[in-house]
Amino acid sequence: MANEQSNSANPNVDLKYRRKKNAEEMKHQVISFTLMIFFTLIAFAAVGIEGFSHWFIKPVILLLAAVQVVFQLYYFMHMKHKGHGTIALFLFSGLAVGLITVLVFTTIVWL
Amino acid sequence: MQSDERFTDATWPASPEKATLEGKNKYLGFWLFLGGETVLFASLFATYLALKDKVPNGDAALAKDLFELPLTFVATMLLLTSSLTSVYAMYHMKNNHFKQMQAWLVITVALGFAFLGLEIYEFNHYVHEYHHTFTSSAFGSAFYTLVGFHGGHVAFGLMWIISLMVRNARRGLNLYNAPKFYVASLYWHFIDVVWVFIFTVVYLMGMVG
Amino acid sequence: MSTYANKKGFGATIWDYLTTVDHKKIAILYLISGGLFFVIGGLEAMFIRIQLAIPNNDFVSAGFYNEILTMHGTTMIFLAAMPLVFAVMNAVVPLQIGARDVAFPFLNSLGFWLFFFGGIFLNLSWFLGGAPDAGWTSYASLSLHSEGHGIDFYVLGLQISGLGTLIAGINFLVTIINMRTPGMTYMRMPLFTWSTFVVSALILFAFPPLTVGLVLMMFDRMFGSNFFDVAAGGNTIIWEHLFWIFGHPEVYILILPAFGIFSEIFATFSRKRLFGYSSMVFATVLIGFLGFMVWAHHMFTTGLGPIANAIFAVATMAIAVPTGIKIFNWIFTMWGGSVKFTVPMLYAVAFIPTFTMGGVTGIMLASAPADYQYHDSYFVVAHFHYVIVGGVVLGLLAGINFYWPKMFGTMLNEKLGQITFWTFLIGFHLTFFIQHFLGLMGMPRRVFTFLDNQGLNTGNMISTVGAFLMAFGVLVMVINIIITSVKNEKVGNDPWGDGRTLEWAIPSPPPFYNFKQLPLVRGLDPYWVEKMEGKTEMTPAEPLGDIHMPNSSILPLTIAFGLFVAAFGALYNMDDKTWTLPIIIVGLLITFGSMLIRSVKDDHGYHIHKEDLMDDKDKGGKA
Repeated sequence: MANEQSNSANPNVDLKYRRKKNAEEMKHQVISFTLMIFFTLIAFAAVGIEGFSHWFIKPVILLLAAVQVVFQLYYFMHMKHKGHGTIALFLFSGLAVGLITVLVFTTIVWL
Repeated sequence: MQSDERFTDATWPASPEKATLEGKNKYLGFWLFLGGETVLFASLFATYLALKDKVPNGDAALAKDLFELPLTFVATMLLLTSSLTSVYAMYHMKNNHFKQMQAWLVITVALGFAFLGLEIYEFNHYVHEYHHTFTSSAFGSAFYTLVGFHGGHVAFGLMWIISLMVRNARRGLNLYNAPKFYVASLYWHFIDVVWVFIFTVVYLMGMVG
Repeated sequence: MSTYANKKGFGATIWDYLTTVDHKKIAILYLISGGLFFVIGGLEAMFIRIQLAIPNNDFVSAGFYNEILTMHGTTMIFLAAMPLVFAVMNAVVPLQIGARDVAFPFLNSLGFWLFFFGGIFLNLSWFLGGAPDAGWTSYASLSLHSEGHGIDFYVLGLQISGLGTLIAGINFLVTIINMRTPGMTYMRMPLFTWSTFVVSALILFAFPPLTVGLVLMMFDRMFGSNFFDVAAGGNTIIWEHLFWIFGHPEVYILILPAFGIFSEIFATFSRKRLFGYSSMVFATVLIGFLGFMVWAHHMFTTGLGPIANAIFAVATMAIAVPTGIKIFNWIFTMWGGSVKFTVPMLYAVAFIPTFTMGGVTGIMLASAPADYQYHDSYFVVAHFHYVIVGGVVLGLLAGINFYWPKMFGTMLNEKLGQITFWTFLIGFHLTFFIQHFLGLMGMPRRVFTFLDNQGLNTGNMISTVGAFLMAFGVLVMVINIIITSVKNEKVGNDPWGDGRTLEWAIPSPPPFYNFKQLPLVRGLDPYWVEKMEGKTEMTPAEPLGDIHMPNSSILPLTIAFGLFVAAFGALYNMDDKTWTLPIIIVGLLITFGSMLIRSVKDDHGYHIHKEDLMDDKDKGGKA
């Protein structure tokens, strides 16, 4: 069972194609990295620059964090590839449990 | 098992981490573990949020007094960049370029150590400048536990990646160790995901007040 | 390799079990240690009932009583019910899905040893200065002020064994997702496999909050942090939430496998397909899902406010719907079936009314306003014993009787089994039914004695008599097991004669590689499908070939043992003893050293060759 992937009849053509695809994917990775850095800069700037209301800052930086995490998960951790259905189910279930926990701890622990 | 046989570029599968049943199992099992880790860190975040700025008296330092933008910013850049470098490492793994993969992993590890060093400096700073310690208040306990758990994950990840690199330095890539490298890089990304929430929820929102 | 086990001496057999990564042997390890802890927990229960048999009793002291009741609950939940559930899962699930092993044999063994050393560590507290005494929930306001090291044993012991449980959960999830045999789609999986799947997911999400809670408690008690110290800004409610975010799913983690076992038994002995299979699957998943949003019903009287109480009350009541679906499906499975009352079936039939009573009192307790009356009374004690003993323990007893021939290749005695069944069932109702009324009359739980002339005397006496009857039943079961093991009359593939699922298509006990050729599944209840076509064996899904097997290893044991050693160091470290630091370091070195060996030393397993398999004709399968 060493190699279950069926490469095409001509391995060199297949190799070329795969190399190209990998390189293309790497380009996407760099783009998403740039965007992540950009989001981070905005988040830090929003806090660093005086004058914004914290009612504005908090939701915005949380949103930026969420978007950034989506990039991490779907690009860096390849969740956009096929065959990640089960993984997504379990990860998001975990996230749901976690969010309920956070919600409860910010509302009903006698604050 | 022929999984430690050597591969040429042409025979190397497109997704080496999932080419064997063991690899597939490891890959899925590790993702599930990350699902559990999500809940673990969510519980720590929840505890932190419930205990944020909960201190015994008026003299104790609060989040607003403690955190500084530049330090957090540098730490964030270090960790985000290390995430990209580990993507590069996996890119080269898929192309069966072992040397390049090792090189990118070395950079990843270096960035990780820099981050860890910064964190130690930061904790030291809080303790000596603000007397904000693990035992000084509930806020302190929660802060050091959450950020410390993350730091502990970074340290474990570093040890893990280093031992993988050392172990496989001479024998190169095969279908037995490819999944190991791959899940280690997943772990590293997950650490970064957690950090994104830490710098947002703990530091930035802490500074906003 | 078990093929040669009968040629080996005693020492070699022990070594075999210490190093095994075979899921069937790990099942036996879980069964033995779970059974041992069940007996210990049962003895603690007997102490409780003897103490409460008469008013103003001084059989045990108040402090000792607190330790007994804490250890009874903790032992029964974490060290008896959980491992016994894992025993059945390990024995059956890989066979039911047609797998040769679990996904991570090494981790499977590690999970067991972590549980085992955690359990031993917790129980050593009896001999080392006193057991934990703050109840199995160990609420922070109580436990932070508990003298001695009892609570530290609780925290560290549960941390270690909880780690083992988490590992086992992930292992079963991956096994069920990745290792099913050709044709075994999700909607053809036997109900027990389905419930294992859902339960493993619950473990994956429920144990991390417990881990966090225990870590916080450990930090507070050992390192002077202030999570639960109100004077320093802490908040004890955090512990309650963390504990119950874990604790409520935990009861579903225990009951769902019992539901799964009963589903198998009802279908088998009604000789009829399970009624409403897909709705059963749906109900199982729904219970698992709802199980995560009801935990605060344990905290109605904490003062969460009316809105939170209302939400959690409604969510709790909603769980009655999928549970009701299940109850009716089981009844309809029997309806029109050709029912055979074997011992497992007796348990299954008795389970329906018993568990329903527990469910009904559950709905009563879920009504938040009424709960203020029931809270912390014997009514609650009666309720959770009806669901846990009436559900989980009956399920485990049924499962052990049902799968005994598959695990050991010999049948438990039916006559003795019936004696156990009747004494245990009658004893159980005698013990706990009356406790509803004791609770309604105002008897609080967790009290070490009660006064005379309060109308509580008769009820408590009846309860104690019932407990002795239950103990008698368990004793008969132990005798039954001994007699059966000594006689050791071997049985064939399908000793009950009506097996429906894959595990009954292979020998009892199965060869260590389970399936010579992976079977082809052609429908729900695959073995039954083949039987109905007049076949006696499964159609193979692959040609006979080499089988890849994992190597045995002692490392799981040493990893767990290292943590066990380190935990002792950590526990006494708070007394400022100098020898503790080296102990911690040595323990962690053992653990991390073993982990390093594991990751550095390649372990490719070995192959059983085709030719050897062909010689093994009597082991089933065809060449």
